[in-house]
Amino acid sequence: MNTSDQNPVLALEAKAQSLRRHVIRMIFAAGSGHPGGSLSAADIMTALFFEVMDHSPERKDSPDRDHFILSKGHAAPIYYAALAESGYFPVDELITLRKLHSRLQGHPSRVKTPGVEMSTGSLGQGLSVANGLALALRLQNLDRKVYCLCGDGEMAEGQVWEAAMFASHNHLDNVIAIIDRNGLQIDGRTEDVMALEPLADKWKAFGWNVLTVDGNDMRQVLEALNKARHHKGGPTVIVAKTVKGKGVSFMENNVGFHGKSPNEKEYEQAMRELGGSA
Amino acid sequence: MSWAMESQRKNYGKALVELGKRRQDVVVLDADLSGSTRTVEFKTAYPGRFFNCGIAEQNMMGTAAGLAVGGMTVFASTFAVFATGRAYDQVRQSIAYPDLNVKIVASHAGITVGGDGASHQTMEDIALMNAIPNMTVIVPADGPETYNAVLAVAEHRGPAYVRMGRSDVPIITPRDAEFKIGKASILRDGSDVALVGVGQMVAPCLLAADALKAKGISARVINLSTIKPLDVATLEKAARDCGCVVTAEEHNIVSGVGTLVAAVLAERYPAPMERVAMQDVFGQSGESDELMREYGLSEKEVIAAAIKVTERKR
Repeated sequence: MNTSDQNPVLALEAKAQSLRRHVIRMIFAAGSGHPGGSLSAADIMTALFFEVMDHSPERKDSPDRDHFILSKGHAAPIYYAALAESGYFPVDELITLRKLHSRLQGHPSRVKTPGVEMSTGSLGQGLSVANGLALALRLQNLDRKVYCLCGDGEMAEGQVWEAAMFASHNHLDNVIAIIDRNGLQIDGRTEDVMALEPLADKWKAFGWNVLTVDGNDMRQVLEALNKARHHKGGPTVIVAKTVKGKGVSFMENNVGFHGKSPNEKEYEQAMRELGGSA
Repeated sequence: MSWAMESQRKNYGKALVELGKRRQDVVVLDADLSGSTRTVEFKTAYPGRFFNCGIAEQNMMGTAAGLAVGGMTVFASTFAVFATGRAYDQVRQSIAYPDLNVKIVASHAGITVGGDGASHQTMEDIALMNAIPNMTVIVPADGPETYNAVLAVAEHRGPAYVRMGRSDVPIITPRDAEFKIGKASILRDGSDVALVGVGQMVAPCLLAADALKAKGISARVINLSTIKPLDVATLEKAARDCGCVVTAEEHNIVSGVGTLVAAVLAERYPAPMERVAMQDVFGQSGESDELMREYGLSEKEVIAAAIKVTERKR
């Protein structure tokens, strides 16, 4: 690949790091939140919001654009960071996360936050909503996509598989699910808590087009999303293998940082490692 | 008195077809019960805007929410026990909290489900839906009111729950009446006792009023067809004018409509009250009318409650 192709990827990688810094700043200011699953999804979110999706704050109430549903609602910090950097609300507002009267609730709220399309947080519900939205787009003859970011832990919810059946039954090729396969959930490794593997085979058996990538490799993520966009006849799921806490050494693969704020010393180190200043 | 009989479900199907004709944005979902809920009428008329979700009520509620995010007005139907119980969290999280334009119209509510037995006889659905913020809760009394209520909720912005029974019920409201959400209607005026009926218990209240008249008791009959928002003014006035109140519902006495009315009266105009309802027990198989008698949900119990409560006034 030549340098002119590499630069956009480099720029997106830098963007992902800046979103990660927002996440750490927000959660440190809030004193609570879920850093692990926000950091693992940072590259996917950056690819979607700053390269792949056709969207803008001016068109937030119009169906005629690409759409995004965050099924793993606890990754709200990375969602808010992406929305703020896209101009949906001021970046300064990010540090109000989880504070009384803030528009930035602990989990996404459609009625509070500009740009948030669906309230989520109770796990396993986002894909059904993405399917419904995709049907609405089809009924209005809009050639638009609905991207749905799911967690791997929430694959244990039965509703996910109800939705998986529905999407393939209705040939929803405008639905693209991305599973943030970081391998950890609150009580430990997914394979210890409730084994998911062979995950890709399960989705194949449900009639989905399945792509497996390194979800922290920007080039691979972009390539998979572009493939998914052009797939016809049925829904696509991208199993994105990621590292929970990606980018902060002591949070990486550390289940302890699923839902915990860093202390001051940890905050400073995290910001340094992410290339910023505390 | 002899009334013509008709099911609420049949009127729901008819109303959906009418809505489908009027509005392109109306979409209907069902969970493998379209023949029972009568959404099949809409499916036949507008197949492109009907989606069968299979036996997956949770996914149906989420899909309904997504369609509403995309600008559609969505009707989602199944039996009341599944719509409100099986999919409670989806209704709360994906429909009510984001305040989406989804109308949950459920059939086969209450004990009159009949032969299927207690597994299918919900007597807690009103309590469940009423407890959720943003939710409008409507219990039509008969077929015509069901038709009119469905047209009304389609015009209303936001989530709503409409409760229907399985069996044919007496036609007691006019077909051309406009349904006003939040407004109770006085079907018969009276001054000694107010009988507040809900859904299928409104007709027994009318029968009870006739019997009470013969005993020299003048009963006002109120059809409380919207449970939320509650018509507080009509209830307060009934207590002031009549001095005592009987509520009658095909629902559990615990957290039922009677408790809502009692709370309103306690705050506004305390008056003696009696509640006719399911006595916090599960039902069983049987014919609808047998079950209504077995569990104390007939005009007989309304009459007894009315006599008791009038005596408590003195």
